[in-house]
Amino acid sequence: MYSQGLIGADGSTHETQEFLDRFQARIDAEQKIEPTDAMPEGYRRTLVRQIGQHAHSEIVGMLPEGNWITRAPTLRRKAALLAKVQDEGGHGLYLYSAAETLGVSREEMTEELLSGKAKYSSIFNYPTLSWADIGTIGWLVDGAAIMNQIPLCRCSFGPYARAMIRVCKEESFHQRQGYEIVMTLAQGTPEQKEMAQDSLNRWWWPSIMMFGPHDADSQHSDQSMAWKIKRFSNDELRQKFIDATVPQAEYLGLKIPDPDLKWNEEKGGYDHGPIDWSEFWRVVKGHGPMARDRIKDRKAAWDNGAWVREAALAHAEKRRARKMAAE
Amino acid sequence: MAVYQALLELADDNLVLGHRLSEWCGHAPMLEEDLAMPNMALDLIGTARVLYDRAAALEGKGQSEDDMAFLRGEREYRNCLLVERPNEDFAQTMLRQLYFAAFMKPFWDAALNGTDEVVRGVAGKAAKEMAYHIRHAGEWVIRLGDGTDESAARMRDAVFALSIYVDELFESSAAAAEAEAAGVLPKRADMRPAFDAVIAQVFTEALLEAPSVDYPQTGGRDGRHGEGLGHMLAEMQSLYRAHPGARW
Repeated sequence: MYSQGLIGADGSTHETQEFLDRFQARIDAEQKIEPTDAMPEGYRRTLVRQIGQHAHSEIVGMLPEGNWITRAPTLRRKAALLAKVQDEGGHGLYLYSAAETLGVSREEMTEELLSGKAKYSSIFNYPTLSWADIGTIGWLVDGAAIMNQIPLCRCSFGPYARAMIRVCKEESFHQRQGYEIVMTLAQGTPEQKEMAQDSLNRWWWPSIMMFGPHDADSQHSDQSMAWKIKRFSNDELRQKFIDATVPQAEYLGLKIPDPDLKWNEEKGGYDHGPIDWSEFWRVVKGHGPMARDRIKDRKAAWDNGAWVREAALAHAEKRRARKMAAE
Repeated sequence: MAVYQALLELADDNLVLGHRLSEWCGHAPMLEEDLAMPNMALDLIGTARVLYDRAAALEGKGQSEDDMAFLRGEREYRNCLLVERPNEDFAQTMLRQLYFAAFMKPFWDAALNGTDEVVRGVAGKAAKEMAYHIRHAGEWVIRLGDGTDESAARMRDAVFALSIYVDELFESSAAAAEAEAAGVLPKRADMRPAFDAVIAQVFTEALLEAPSVDYPQTGGRDGRHGEGLGHMLAEMQSLYRAHPGARW
């Protein structure tokens, strides 16, 4: 999903060659760039965009999973799902803070999300239609996120890299938890097994689209790779994900919905069938099945909460004034 | 009446309120509250689980915590009316939380001296949790009560809407009376001074007046609920009931 954060990123920059060379030398020496360091404007802009979109993805991602909190089938599952969705919110908070170190406020980023200017991962524009989707999201969506995020722990920008270390630990836990949900269903009643297969059928292709366009069609990768914001190409990460996931599905006795999927001995990985890029671009451009609902929900939460935020500010101001008067 | 039914009442209070809080998830007024409310919900649901488990053991019919939570209908739920009140707005949600925690904090403190080891274990953990629920919800009641004109008006509306459910907190059902006599749980009526002290302190800072309630609403312990609980349970129990006997 975080490769999608680079879609539309403007990495163009106007500094002197000498400045750019010095900056690149630091990057090449694997030095971390910190918020107060001088950096090319294109580097800053690219990171603000990517980290902001990553944060938005965490926040919007709370909605499809939150859709099942009130219907979780056992108290144990309910508590685990609540904790998981809370983790996602925590990741959002972390990431907004990392982006804020680059001089953009959480309010500005939120307004860009609500106006549609900033994007979030395409995956969250699909609906969660059964309990199995909660397992599948953990297994596939968090699994794909981990593939993207492990390399981000070594991203050249210090605050983002450090945030990713904690995020990855939690995502890895979510991924196992999700797989365990799907496993329980796959070993359950025929209806539960069907629920699991149906869920895999619906989430497989959107999950592998999370890695973004093929390398040949990915315009912004080169500069991001040189700046070490990105460490592996979209196709490399997608391949790793597929190779890791296929045996997991086989173990569950579930069928991946790709008739062309087969082991390629020569490359030591799986070949997969063609991805429907028209669907991908449709969803990325804001026409996914749940796109309008997601933004409507986030906007409602923001608008309905305005009076609370205003009251908190007003109260803080009153306290400050009283304290001043008392001194 | 039996002691296990008194534990069921307590478990229902915690689950229903935890569920109500969880309904906010993803829709809170700010990200910090999107983290705080699930946190409080998790405390309450965690407490409910241990109590259901203990109630089931004392009942001795081999029911699981999930059977208790998902297979009883609204007439069988024994929660007090306060906890089932709908979220409405953030003011009502925070006041509901403050009322509940201000009651439960001294209740769990006192339950630490009870005769049931499991209940004592729950009490030790829950008393600490209720202390920070009081702090969190209390701070919001103060901010909103002494914030803007709009927030103050909403806070007054919340007091009007919820104060009629407060007295029921202090009533002991026949089952609770039995648990109290057995020394398992403290007497609910004894919590009044501690509750009043917390509410008075918060309301003073929040510029709120505690209304006198001439006609308190009660009946939850007899399964006489408001109309909202049935909808909440219908949603909560739908999946579990649709697949009898399935493991999840």
